[in-house]
Amino acid sequence: MYVAVKGGERAIENAHAWLAEERRGDPSVPELTIAQIREQLSLSVNRVMAEGSLYDPDLAALAIKQARGDLIEAVFLIRAYRTTLPRFGASAPVATADMACDRRVSATFKDVPGGQVLGPTFDYTHRLLDFKLAAEGETPPAPQREADPAPVPHVTGFLNQEGLIEEAPHDDTPPPDLTREPLKMPADRSLRLQALSRADEGFTLGLAYSTQRGYGRNHAFVGELRIGTVPVEMEIPELGFAIEIGEVTLTECETVNQFTGSKTEPPQFTRGYGLVFGQTERKAISMALVDRALRWEELGEDDTGAPAQDAEFVLYHADNIQATGFLEHIKLPHYVDFQSELELVRKLRRDVQSTQTKEAAE
Amino acid sequence: MTEQAYNFAYLDEQTKRMIRRAILKGLAIPGYQVPFASREMPMPYGWGTGGVQVSAAVLCPEDRMKVIDQGADDTTNAVSIRSFFERTAGVETTTSTAEASVIQTRHRVPEMALSEGQILVYQVPIPEPLRFLEPRESETRKMHSLEEYGLMHVKLYEDIARHGHIATAYAYPVKVEGRYVMDPSPIPKFDNPKLSDCAAIQLFGAGREQRIYALPPYTSVVSLDFEDHPFEASKPDHPCGLCGAEDSYLDEVIMDDAGGRMFVCSDTDFCEARRLAGHKGKDAA
Repeated sequence: MYVAVKGGERAIENAHAWLAEERRGDPSVPELTIAQIREQLSLSVNRVMAEGSLYDPDLAALAIKQARGDLIEAVFLIRAYRTTLPRFGASAPVATADMACDRRVSATFKDVPGGQVLGPTFDYTHRLLDFKLAAEGETPPAPQREADPAPVPHVTGFLNQEGLIEEAPHDDTPPPDLTREPLKMPADRSLRLQALSRADEGFTLGLAYSTQRGYGRNHAFVGELRIGTVPVEMEIPELGFAIEIGEVTLTECETVNQFTGSKTEPPQFTRGYGLVFGQTERKAISMALVDRALRWEELGEDDTGAPAQDAEFVLYHADNIQATGFLEHIKLPHYVDFQSELELVRKLRRDVQSTQTKEAAE
Repeated sequence: MTEQAYNFAYLDEQTKRMIRRAILKGLAIPGYQVPFASREMPMPYGWGTGGVQVSAAVLCPEDRMKVIDQGADDTTNAVSIRSFFERTAGVETTTSTAEASVIQTRHRVPEMALSEGQILVYQVPIPEPLRFLEPRESETRKMHSLEEYGLMHVKLYEDIARHGHIATAYAYPVKVEGRYVMDPSPIPKFDNPKLSDCAAIQLFGAGREQRIYALPPYTSVVSLDFEDHPFEASKPDHPCGLCGAEDSYLDEVIMDDAGGRMFVCSDTDFCEARRLAGHKGKDAA
């Protein structure tokens, strides 16, 4: 029994000890280092940083190690740590147009200024298990060339020159902070984007996929997907100007969506936007599709009742730490509630049975 | 965890201030759900993060804390939350209801009447009593502000029409000071009468749903009902097998695989105190 009287404390301690042993696994196998996880499981590290809303590859790697590779558990460790950190201030908005791109592709134009750069992608790999990796051989170095110093402008900017895509007007309103204020409905776009950026990858992917299959369809093209590093700058009050405090890797996706016009808007292309920490392109593309679906109201589209169009549904259920906590809490003892249900069901059954006997007698 | 690295009772003072403001607002408007910027806690959402944040905000070093889950001090999650406050706040803990100044609870109200100066903190999973009638937060907030509770009465009426009884056994909705309909958290309806006119401060924290609400001492709390179907605080129709109490809420414990069962007080402190005072039930050894 897991509530043996007065035994709870020792049971918990013993469970933790066993967990630690299981985490380590067979001690004759060398232990993973944080650096190994950070360098060789970098996409896991990226996901944990994105959904944990904390850019720190070493801490993310530590969380993955501690969580035995359970990424949602690792995200949880990072979130719980993040919330204890003091806030010194906010950085200036990062300029993704100046990104040093490792990867940059557009699906809407064959070639664009700045070029198509495939970068380190799985896209055209054949998904055949590589047994050479099991033999732990060294990887030959990839061919290199000098990076092109030319600017890599945003692709949607070209469409904008013709007025073919909706304007994205400059707005200096400070965005609300999801982590410091309770989520309020209706949520404006900046709040929705914030929530989506840290949303569960699987949930976001499923919703985005549902829009492609017709539940809130919005015909998305990947106008541009770029992955690379951007400097982070922060204004220091004592100095009176912004200084660079570090750099982060980001994935940005801008979708171009067909739009035949509505009562309020002319026919034009519309935008969906995704921006996520790290190399996380599945998440960034999904985010852009869901963002576009959630914009139905401001674009004067019809509400088709699709889940991806429903901001309350999406935002209240996209956070995997909230979801997993509440889901798993049903493992906790509920015998008081269950007892009251037992009494009720017994009572209702008695009533039904006595009515049936009476009817049979009649 | 390096306890020294954290502030008293884990949360930083700014966060506590934000939570205390929400608590004060809640006390000023009994039964109203105050949104607050719930923090991620080092325990999962759904496991008492709302209650833990409220407790952390009200705890003082001289407090003595009691934590119960399902009425018991020794259930695993109660043990875990108690040890969290022992580590992060260093407060004294107790299992005695009378000696505790702050009691955090999940799913029960202690059997013993609380006194002035005590604070009872409830863990709340879904703070919105109208949630299962209307899933949208934007709608339910409107319904509360317009005092539009017809939907709830229709639901209770439909229960009676269909089953002859109101088919809600726990988290039974209440009306506070004739104004707000409130979810008392998933306590059995047996406990509902204890909320009304209580001498202690009652605070409700829902972490995942980011809501705090409160009942100041001696607030009127009425369980919703109809004149011809009055509310009834029901419990298993047995005395406690260990202490013989006839008026306490009971857990049903399965004893063997032949259907043998035993009924015991869910409030372990209440039961123990009675046994120490010489009361004996039929199953007591």
